[in-house]
Amino acid sequence: MIKEVYITETNCITPIGFDVASNIKNIRNAVSGIQLHDKPKLFNAPFYASIINDSDLDLAFAKVTSTENYSRLEKMMILALEPIIKKSKVLFNERTVFILSTTKGNVTALETENVGSAYLNQLAKTIAVFFGFKTEPIVVSNACVSGILAVSVAKRLIQAELYDNAFIVAGDEVSNFIVSGFNSFQAMSDLPCKPYSINRNGVTLGEATAAVLVSSNKEKAKIKIAGDSSINDANHISGPSRTGEGLYRSIQKALAEAKINANQIDYISAHGTATPFNDEMEAIALNRLGLENVPVNSLKGFYGHTLGASGLLETVISIQSALENKLFVSLGFDEIGVSQPITIIQKNEDATIQYFLKTASGFGGCNTAVVFEKVN
Amino acid sequence: MEALKQELKSKIIEVLNLEDVAVADINDNDALFGDGLGLDSIDALELIVMLDKDYGIKLVDPKEGKVIFKSIETMAAYIDENRVK
Amino acid sequence: MTADKKYIKSFCIIQNNQVWLNGEVVFETEPTVFSDFSKKTYQFLEMNYPKFFKMDNLSKLAFLGSELLLKTESNSLEENSTALVFANKSSSLDTDVKYQNSISDPENYYPSPAVFVYTLPNICLGEISIRHQLKSENSFFIFANYNPVFMEKYSNILLETEKADKVLCGWVEYYNEDYKAFLYLVDREGELEHNQEILKKLYNK
Repeated sequence: MIKEVYITETNCITPIGFDVASNIKNIRNAVSGIQLHDKPKLFNAPFYASIINDSDLDLAFAKVTSTENYSRLEKMMILALEPIIKKSKVLFNERTVFILSTTKGNVTALETENVGSAYLNQLAKTIAVFFGFKTEPIVVSNACVSGILAVSVAKRLIQAELYDNAFIVAGDEVSNFIVSGFNSFQAMSDLPCKPYSINRNGVTLGEATAAVLVSSNKEKAKIKIAGDSSINDANHISGPSRTGEGLYRSIQKALAEAKINANQIDYISAHGTATPFNDEMEAIALNRLGLENVPVNSLKGFYGHTLGASGLLETVISIQSALENKLFVSLGFDEIGVSQPITIIQKNEDATIQYFLKTASGFGGCNTAVVFEKVN
Repeated sequence: MEALKQELKSKIIEVLNLEDVAVADINDNDALFGDGLGLDSIDALELIVMLDKDYGIKLVDPKEGKVIFKSIETMAAYIDENRVK
Repeated sequence: MTADKKYIKSFCIIQNNQVWLNGEVVFETEPTVFSDFSKKTYQFLEMNYPKFFKMDNLSKLAFLGSELLLKTESNSLEENSTALVFANKSSSLDTDVKYQNSISDPENYYPSPAVFVYTLPNICLGEISIRHQLKSENSFFIFANYNPVFMEKYSNILLETEKADKVLCGWVEYYNEDYKAFLYLVDREGELEHNQEILKKLYNK
């Protein structure tokens, strides 16, 4: 009998709130984390991004510990994990694993040529030691699907009976490294991003951390992880497949594992980075699956593209969506600009959400799809 | 312009890591993208950086790249007219 | 879940200017830099794949290893679900440092998209997927050291839950001319049993 696996705790640290409730409140009021920033250390001109306020971060962190020497990202990660570890009362033994998801981790350490601090296993160790995890941390670093892929990895490990509980933290920072890189790709929008819109012209970068507890314990389950798959496009390392092949197959397999049909999906939390190619590819993949009438949003209008955090952060918000039976507006969307029809959520509305789908795609041709099912 | 064309051929080979391609293999009017040299979207972005770094030309609209980078001929003509360095 | 025995069908190691396949040296060069060694290995493998030269060092290393093991395996016209499960210690740090150097001097600020795209460790999986048309599961993990326990368990999970019919596993570590690639194909047939003891032994050759 295959074990059922659930997400039982969630939390997030973002520019629009340092807990889930504050984030949801701002989302309901269409308050975005995206603002115009003039930070010469990050970029040589003012640019739109979703960035956490340093004073807020330090103030909140000081309440958790007075110990210093944590990097900015480490503070964000510790803040995300701390309340859920406290609340869950899960024993830290060899049956509890810690998974960290990030694309670049402490890459800012390279600015001072401190390569040693940029190692991702070092980042994981720092967080693991802070909380006292007893097992070897697992780091998932798989471009922008990392955050949701980590959920998939946790589910697989628990179903294989290797662990009973998995704490996951996902995070990335807006850094000079990232901003300059996306800019060199001409992929950064000069205005707040407009997912799926006709005048979309690129991503708005963002930073955040999110944390969840994945468990085989049904007792405090918020949602069940019903099916998951991660299929590569095998097409190009930086552009998505024009037929959305990898995403199509990932969703198809996730649905099959969840033992449901496409028409049972009530809501899709898509990737929607607002680049011309990504959004078009998603529209094609969704249509191929007959999902064009399912309400879909991209949360990147609220958070920007948070890279290694995005898959998990957006899952955390989508879980609230499902629990509250509310669809949240796909902020930034104005006029449809993809060649295949899809049903963009244009205002907050009530809906019955029994099943929802989270998707993500990333550099390297990767895609991840996870089907979540409400627990009754 | 001949010298500029030769220079461009040599730079492209170096900047884009075109192993086994010699300057003599690239004809002035060969298509650089698609069937010709088979360059892709990342190569196009690198050429935009090269325009800036080596010739001081900042492309205002990156979509212009499609026309400018059609061939060595079109690249040389554009650079000749717009170069700052 | 099906729990048939799993085997290591084939394995290779690339280290110190040597290429080992199934326990035997199949190619080596005089001590030289990786760019030279990798080019000679590419030529030895008779690959006609110019994009190889656009890859960063990590991707070249992973690519060469996978070529050794996959060239006799799959017919790219056939569908196959060979999953890719790779890990290393340094992520893409070798390329990250190169990229950081291209943006550290404000007087010489020319961020390179061709370098930036390789500042993610999973790009090598994309390159392998494209070459061998693997529309399959792939994931990249980071560990402090080669972790045969995790690799054994995770690849078994993929096979037992039928998310893959074979798994190409790789520890592909590259940083500043210091490199080691240990790749192996896990399948339901093979000479060596797939377990952590054997993996540790092969890794330490």
